[in-house]
Amino acid sequence: MRFIFDRNTWQEIFGSISKNRTRTIITMIGVLWGIFVYIGLSGAAKGMDNGFDKVFKTVSMNSMFVWGQSTSMPYGGYKTGRQMQLKLDNVTDLQNRIPEIQYIAPRIDMGEFGTEPVYTVRGQKSGTYTVNGDYPVYTKIATKKIFDGGRFINDEDIEQARKVCVIGERNLQELFEKDEDPIGQYIRIGSVYFQVIGVHKLAQGVSFDNDSAIFIPFTTFRKLYNTGENVGYLCIAAYDDADVVQVEKDVKMLLKNIHRVDPEDERAFGSFNLGEAFSKIMGFAQGLTFLSLIVGIATILAGVIGIGNILLISVKERTKELGVRRALGATPAEVRNQIILESVFLTVLSGIIGIILGAGVLALINNLTKDIDFPYTNPTVPIPYVLGALLIMVVLGTLIGLIPAQRAVSIKPIDALREE
Amino acid sequence: MIEIKDLHKSYKMGSNSLHVLKGINFSVEEGELVAIMGSSGSGKSTLLNILGMLDELDEGSYTLDGVPIVNLNETKAANYRNKFLGFVFQSFNLINYKTAMENVALPLYYQRMPRKEREEKSLKYLDQVGLKEWATHLPSELSGGQKQRVAIARAMAAEPKVLLADEPTGALDSKTSYEVMDLIQKINDQGNTILIVTHEPDIANMCKRIVHLKDGIILEDKKVKQVRAAAYV
Repeated sequence: MRFIFDRNTWQEIFGSISKNRTRTIITMIGVLWGIFVYIGLSGAAKGMDNGFDKVFKTVSMNSMFVWGQSTSMPYGGYKTGRQMQLKLDNVTDLQNRIPEIQYIAPRIDMGEFGTEPVYTVRGQKSGTYTVNGDYPVYTKIATKKIFDGGRFINDEDIEQARKVCVIGERNLQELFEKDEDPIGQYIRIGSVYFQVIGVHKLAQGVSFDNDSAIFIPFTTFRKLYNTGENVGYLCIAAYDDADVVQVEKDVKMLLKNIHRVDPEDERAFGSFNLGEAFSKIMGFAQGLTFLSLIVGIATILAGVIGIGNILLISVKERTKELGVRRALGATPAEVRNQIILESVFLTVLSGIIGIILGAGVLALINNLTKDIDFPYTNPTVPIPYVLGALLIMVVLGTLIGLIPAQRAVSIKPIDALREE
Repeated sequence: MIEIKDLHKSYKMGSNSLHVLKGINFSVEEGELVAIMGSSGSGKSTLLNILGMLDELDEGSYTLDGVPIVNLNETKAANYRNKFLGFVFQSFNLINYKTAMENVALPLYYQRMPRKEREEKSLKYLDQVGLKEWATHLPSELSGGQKQRVAIARAMAAEPKVLLADEPTGALDSKTSYEVMDLIQKINDQGNTILIVTHEPDIANMCKRIVHLKDGIILEDKKVKQVRAAAYV
């Protein structure tokens, strides 16, 4: 070990490395490239991972939707093809019978799923937009960012069936003048005037609504359109530790029971499970991380083998030099250690440069994708991974250095000197 | 200083065995300047390699400065070479990416001498061979005679018991050869023991003793009147 910390050793190694500059640079490029690819790939995978995380942050991850369709089996005296209609009291039933459910938000709308969007007017400006009847609990499932000065629908709006609305950013642009404060202003939705109480910001990434959706209290909606107890669809969020797939099954089974549908009927209620979709995407991101790890390590390996290869050639080239060193009193151990240390030093040095370059490129990509709608955030490589890569390089560098070192030692000084 | 008794050495060439040295008895006192002569194939280089511990003997004994040289492994041989011997080669064998000073300092590095001392000492020896101003030059910037003088400085820097020179003038013209011999004679005058392998009679006559080798045995071993090389420079 004394050998490694000896200043003279390093002077000797640094001398021989810096005097063969071309060889050194070519040798280093292999490992440099390997670690660069490793850092770049795993950082990018991590960025993708973070990006997905950010995208899904705005919605409850273990949430699902259920809506009514038509039956495909006759049951209990009813004929097939019966249209299913979710009702408000289904919400209470579901909440009481399925303990895994955290929130249920019933919604009803005009403008999606085959209904006509509503003609909306303010002064000289107008547009046709989707109108949703909502409960305040909806924001627990899909986070709604409301611009300063505004608010979302609250319980009193529901109780009193107030004629208030939350509009989207696009509604704001299309119905109001620039820099006009919409809060407190009135717009006409269909034939009824509504007071604007908030503007919602479009969530980046996954969103249930577009930026031109208008929200009004559910109770106002049902009075206005005379929909009674009808519900368009249910947004359901399960507790974090619940199995959403199971909850989905339970919900549909209970609904079939309530609506007197054959338990085997798969078509009566439709559903979409966000948790399932989410886990598929996360699985993809994890696969990407794994892939980048494999590719990165394979590339590093190739680079280190390249170093071994070039050192082997250089040992052949330096046969005479090594012979002279032996004649002047270098022991085989000293010759061997020098070559191994050269190998390790080259490996680690190029590794560190590769890490710095890789980090630089990651930072650059991060800057470039900052304002683009692409799931890519904060690409980083965990420190243990970096240290692990360095450790691997030291070990591999030593192992691969052993080959040329052994070769150098196996040449007898007399043969080395004879070689012309 | 050097004591060799009944030395045998043969090389295996496929199925044939080539008997190169056939019983050499030979001793060198401290301060001698000995020329080993002989035509090619006479075994003179083999003898020098065995003396230099670059090659192993098959039979006989070899004692250097009272130390019996037996059972050498590579590490032991390297340490002995470093402590006892200085080498000068026909083709100089300087390390081409090291400056003259760094070349001279190399055996001192293997003696684990600190850098400062190494540099001082190598400068001192470069000064002795008259190349102090060339200390920072690479071998490629030096002439043949200068290279050989650097090589001699390198061999002397470790302060060896014996200096072994294998055809030190073989790659040089006669004028430079005499310069190098002049240097060798001066080093010998300081009391150093030197062995030179050569096939040039005029170079041999500049030594104090000539050993003629032929077909692996000593044909003749005589003291001669030394011709001073300085007269020709």
